[in-house]
Amino acid sequence: MNSAVIIFPGSNCDRDMLTALEAVTGRAPTRVWHRETALPDSVDLIAVPGGFSYGDYLRSGAMAANSPVMRAVKDAADRGVPVLGVCNGFQILTEAGMLPGALMRNAGIRFVCGDVALTVGEARSPFTAGYRSGEEIVIPVAHHDGNFQADQETLDRLEGEGRIAFRYAGECNGSARDIAGIVSDRGNVLGMMPHPERAVEPAHGNQEGRRLFEGLLEAVG
Amino acid sequence: MKTRVYVTLKNGVLDPQGKAIHHALDGLGFSGVNDVRAGKLIELDLADTVSDEDVEAMCRKLLANTVIENFRIERAAHADSAADQVA
Repeated sequence: MNSAVIIFPGSNCDRDMLTALEAVTGRAPTRVWHRETALPDSVDLIAVPGGFSYGDYLRSGAMAANSPVMRAVKDAADRGVPVLGVCNGFQILTEAGMLPGALMRNAGIRFVCGDVALTVGEARSPFTAGYRSGEEIVIPVAHHDGNFQADQETLDRLEGEGRIAFRYAGECNGSARDIAGIVSDRGNVLGMMPHPERAVEPAHGNQEGRRLFEGLLEAVG
Repeated sequence: MKTRVYVTLKNGVLDPQGKAIHHALDGLGFSGVNDVRAGKLIELDLADTVSDEDVEAMCRKLLANTVIENFRIERAAHADSAADQVA
């Protein structure tokens, strides 16, 4: 599997994502700077990593969503290429209109940082292929703007269409219906606030995030 | 031409920052504060050739996230009508 990691000014989880992808796929991902207008031809996965792109100016992810490379990312997603957005990456994908809803300031105001329990949702996507629906896993979070909100109709649609990939098993940040991650209508775009790339190596003390990448590798080839 | 864009959270959208400001005002002993909502003011200096439609497009595309936010445009040349909107 050939992967690419998009890097914006202010991204700070790009190295973690690069390391995780290389560990699981055995191939070094291509690093793509935000000013690029094209992605590598044979890309099987695009990862939009966490961080504070453009200093979170205006709104988290708003600037990055309109940077040149995102047009290429959107085109690739339209062709069915899997796109994984983690944390700030999730914020960027919602701002870019590739996923519905918005990530607002955490309901408790505080930055949340630590391991959280998640329930794997019912979404059928290559991203959740390594998990069982309903299974509880633990993945670290680290964010200030992770409070997922959308109108009732959109929330109903996400649930009705089985597009919830992960839910918080307990209160985390005020997200509507405890949503921690959702997929696009085609299932090839995933946005999630928790950081699977931080639960990959034995040294991380938890390898439950690794299964996301392994499931993806198996599903995508 | 100076143009101001006010971006506010939609009604019904929880505003944690407004809530925190409210708590802080209460803590300082200010009474009678019923509610606080925090928003943004963005000032643009625009060429005269920029139309109202252009400014609205800027708001929809970048300045506001219409999933959760409303915006109001106040252009200097339309100061009177803008004032009416405020009232």
